[in-house]
Amino acid sequence: MKLLTHNMLTSHVKGVTKGYPLLIKATEVKVNEVEFNPQFVSRMIPKVEWSCLVQAAEQLGHRQDLPGELVPDYEKNEEFLKKVHRVLLEVEVIEGCLQCPESGREFPISRGIPNMLLNEDEV
Amino acid sequence: MMATSSSRSCLQYLLHLAQDNVDFRLPEIKALLALSGKPFHPCESFKEKSPFWCLNGLSEEDVRGIMARSVCAKSAFELWGHGQTHTELRTSLLNYPSENMSPFMHKDSTYRINVYTFNKTLAFADRIKRIDAMEYLPFKGTVSLKSPQHIFCLLEDYGTDPNNIPEHPDYIYFGRWIADGQRELIRSHSVKNRHFIGNTSMDAGLSFIMANHAKVKENDLVFDPFVGTGSLLVACSHFGAYVCGTDIDYNTIHGKGRSSRKNQKWRGPDENIRANLRQYGTEKMYVDVMVSDASKSVWKEAALFDAIITDPPYGIRESTRRTGSHKDITKPPDGIYVESHVPVSQAYHLSDIFTDLLNFSAHHLVMGGRLVYWLPVYRPEYCEEMVPLNPCLQLISNCEQTLSSHTSRRLITMEKIKEPEELDSLAYLADPRFSPYQGHNAFREKYFSGLNKRGKENDKSDFNG
Repeated sequence: MKLLTHNMLTSHVKGVTKGYPLLIKATEVKVNEVEFNPQFVSRMIPKVEWSCLVQAAEQLGHRQDLPGELVPDYEKNEEFLKKVHRVLLEVEVIEGCLQCPESGREFPISRGIPNMLLNEDEV
Repeated sequence: MMATSSSRSCLQYLLHLAQDNVDFRLPEIKALLALSGKPFHPCESFKEKSPFWCLNGLSEEDVRGIMARSVCAKSAFELWGHGQTHTELRTSLLNYPSENMSPFMHKDSTYRINVYTFNKTLAFADRIKRIDAMEYLPFKGTVSLKSPQHIFCLLEDYGTDPNNIPEHPDYIYFGRWIADGQRELIRSHSVKNRHFIGNTSMDAGLSFIMANHAKVKENDLVFDPFVGTGSLLVACSHFGAYVCGTDIDYNTIHGKGRSSRKNQKWRGPDENIRANLRQYGTEKMYVDVMVSDASKSVWKEAALFDAIITDPPYGIRESTRRTGSHKDITKPPDGIYVESHVPVSQAYHLSDIFTDLLNFSAHHLVMGGRLVYWLPVYRPEYCEEMVPLNPCLQLISNCEQTLSSHTSRRLITMEKIKEPEELDSLAYLADPRFSPYQGHNAFREKYFSGLNKRGKENDKSDFNG
């Protein structure tokens, strides 16, 4: 699971009102190189909840020097876009789980794939 | 007849289209034109079912843009002349402004003339005769069959009825070849040679057509909520979109379980969607896939996707299901959910699948983003009013692919035209037009009862179950 995906996910456990962002508990994290595409990263930034991205990168120990605030004119700032590219698309959670911040329900991640299915008594 | 005042700015272009998937061609070409903000202006004699379309108001660059994407169009030509007979063609060509021709005919150039006949095969000698008859055109260059700078084509249309082929063509065109379409993708991306497939993998040609109907473009983010083995993601990633998908089936997403191949019992260790993208060189476009139930959205409330493109399960080859409560099932005794635990699935009514899909799209598509999906229909009961509606989505096209005498599936394309409001989700309850598909919940029963009645009618191999 990439952090771009994590940024777009929310808890869907019945009755939960504050399910965003999901906490990440990772036991295995990998950095897979992905071709840098500044246009795509620039397109994604407005869709991204910035503080959530920084927090997620921090939790995984991959924040490096990603700034706490979104920089102005980021479209032209290639150095910044490369940092965002890395956390959005290259850092991947391979094993671990996502946890609903309100209910504590955990969603397992295995072989890089989150399992978001709820059980019979949760829907 | 060609106007003598025509200049390079108002040229006509001729598209030669493939005669399979005939219903899907017009929405494809219109969508590709819309992608570059160009209008669809056919000539007066336009016939949708004809293999030849003349288009006005385009530049050569526009036409190249369409051909770089189209799987319905075979080739495109700058139209120099046309007519019902060779005499009419000659008059038309001699009226064509010489300044439009001369850049491609000067004495240092090399060229070749091809002869193409639709619905008739010409003997070699007859082809040569056709080419020799074009000598009235002022070609000054030299012929090069192997690597000409310019290719010209004489196209003869003998109609569409193979049982009634006329002696003389109904219509004749002559033009300069501009570009070929992407028919080659149908072969290069054939499911037969794909690493990871399932029982319902979408045919390559239709996958690319769906991506085109959805106006998928470079740097888009595309989502498939019933992703299966990812055939639609393969097509979208080829056009430069970043892709993600979900499926309720744990084994499919993880590439486990029984193989869909004839001589192989179990799936191999690396049979998954990511490996499929890798096979075609588009792994960099892979975002993620997840195990998730399309009826229980896991996405934050925002316009996240540029396109949603999907083939929902109809219960013929893969069952329709969603997670649901079941009295007999309780929480595991130790309170821990095993990672591979697959919750009990409930039957998922077809009409609910589509209501949910449209509602999800209204919330999660960007403005102007498109939803493209297949709707199965029982043909004797089908009417246009049955296509599900949503106040935020405008119907763009609705194309039929016949599956049997009594069943078909329709490729529905919708575009988001407004953000959802509180009342919109209730709209379908108040207005019967928003849920007329309900009678099709029994599609599966009707499908099989039809089969039984007719004995041994086979479902088509590319029909998603």
